[in-house]
Amino acid sequence: MEKMTGKVWVLGDDIDTDIIIPTEYLALKTIDDMKQYGFSPLRPELAAQIKPGDIIVAGKNFGCGSSREQAPEIIKALGIQCVIAKSFARIFFRNSINNGLLLIEQPTLYDDIKEGDTVSVVMNEHIDYNGKEYPIASLPENLMDIIRAGGLVKAMRKLNGLD
Amino acid sequence: MVWTEREENEMGKTVIEKIVEHNTGRSVKPGDIVTVNVDRVMIHDIFIPFVAEKFKEMGFEKLWDPDKVVLIYDHLVPASQLDDTRHFHVGDAFAAKYGMTHVHRSDGICHQLMTEAGYVKPGDVAFGTDSHTTTYGCVGAFSSGIGYTEMASILGTGTMWIRVPETIKVVINGKLPENVMSKDVILRLIGDLGADGATYKALEFSGSAVESMTVASRMTISNMAIEAGAKCALFTPDEKTAEYCNVTLNDYQKSLFGDADANYCRVIEYNAEDFVPVMACPSQVDKIRNVSELEGTEIDQVFIGSCTNGRLEDLAAAAEVLKGKKVAKFVKLIVTPASRKIYKQAADLGILETLAEAGAMITHPGCGLCCGRAGGILTDGERVVATNNRNFLGRMGTSKVQIYLASPRTAAACAVAGKIVCPE
Repeated sequence: MEKMTGKVWVLGDDIDTDIIIPTEYLALKTIDDMKQYGFSPLRPELAAQIKPGDIIVAGKNFGCGSSREQAPEIIKALGIQCVIAKSFARIFFRNSINNGLLLIEQPTLYDDIKEGDTVSVVMNEHIDYNGKEYPIASLPENLMDIIRAGGLVKAMRKLNGLD
Repeated sequence: MVWTEREENEMGKTVIEKIVEHNTGRSVKPGDIVTVNVDRVMIHDIFIPFVAEKFKEMGFEKLWDPDKVVLIYDHLVPASQLDDTRHFHVGDAFAAKYGMTHVHRSDGICHQLMTEAGYVKPGDVAFGTDSHTTTYGCVGAFSSGIGYTEMASILGTGTMWIRVPETIKVVINGKLPENVMSKDVILRLIGDLGADGATYKALEFSGSAVESMTVASRMTISNMAIEAGAKCALFTPDEKTAEYCNVTLNDYQKSLFGDADANYCRVIEYNAEDFVPVMACPSQVDKIRNVSELEGTEIDQVFIGSCTNGRLEDLAAAAEVLKGKKVAKFVKLIVTPASRKIYKQAADLGILETLAEAGAMITHPGCGLCCGRAGGILTDGERVVATNNRNFLGRMGTSKVQIYLASPRTAAACAVAGKIVCPE
């Protein structure tokens, strides 16, 4: 059973892709150059505080806005293990899976969570927090394969026998 | 009457559920994640370099089926900036290397060509690298926009994962008023739903007013469904669809209506008689006002065209308003047919002549002005009444341009008056 545990950063509703990575930084050469500006319109200090293995918990419609694939790439590059939200915007959801960022929909955890606390995700089963279990839906194997491979490009390279 | 609880798989189905079930050969419900077999894909000039790069990085050596891939140059045609031509060179080289024959270099806007040239048929599953790929729902196809990484993977595998969407049913009964076009209908709906009101959901249209619409009118509605966040917007194929697509509907295509006992997350009903001409005001596409409330606002330019409203009936509606009249002296009227075929039809019918005599500038088919790249961009403080699909900040020039989205009939009336007026 896959399990991941991490410290939580809490963000609100409607975190849009311009908050995740503002347009003015999209022309920087690499994701590593961009990642220091992640979430800067909302919390300029956050990108520097996030540690590899941390988890983001947010409200509804996370990732709304443009189709920029850099948004999930930034979050992944900061070392975030997964984002747990009430709901995700459609194109962001797809771009995340395809860039190997795990997203989990959970309707009630957000209402209980406190920033800085620790949660454990038991993949495809539930989230453990504060002695309580929050059920989550299972992702089908084909999507888990994409995430485990580290994104769609890597999954396709594997399919083609390259890695 | 005894109510018996039925198993989920015995429930009636929405149109999108029927399409996905036919495609995958299995029973589905909203929320299921399934892999679909793709019938057709469209790549346009803006993203072809990125698709080509990802395709190579993924290690594919051939396209899953070159016949199912369509490459269309429309956003950058004819080139307005020096770098634009690189996209054509990359596209041409990609098409030649992988044996693609469906390449359109100057025939019109992608979303017009995909159904007009017969690439998408009722009941098909199609994806494109443009958010307005929802357009093909006008013929009862499931079509949606995706990113370039996903497009590259479809090119190699012919498959794509999707989450089966819930469906919002929109029923419009009655007869639309003479001065109302389908553009007014979709703008009103977007206003009522909000710009995220249909996120991840399918829209499904029915009712007598929808049945009496032309395929072209339905196309305007499915084109703009994405502006409410929708994944797709579906119309039931009928005789008009069959004629437009040049097919005889088979049993599957005839079955693409929402069952009476299908499960809808929301049902919205309108009386067609209640619609009035409306506009989306700067700078949100869901900021809808009646044209009558905006009358008198002075304007600098009018744009009639795009994949939303550049079809023959749109140009004809504008010509009807403009016949024997002149565009106001200080207003620039730009007309862009959605395809070469429409351009020629409009020429043959004398529509272009009428528009030109009224003072219109008629441009080549393409995306140019709608995406703010060429052919009539505006500057600070200017106002434009436009028939395209987005009035976002900076879309057609600087961020201080005010864009009002309207129907071709309303736009033409405004061009004559030099200010916002309600069409007769």
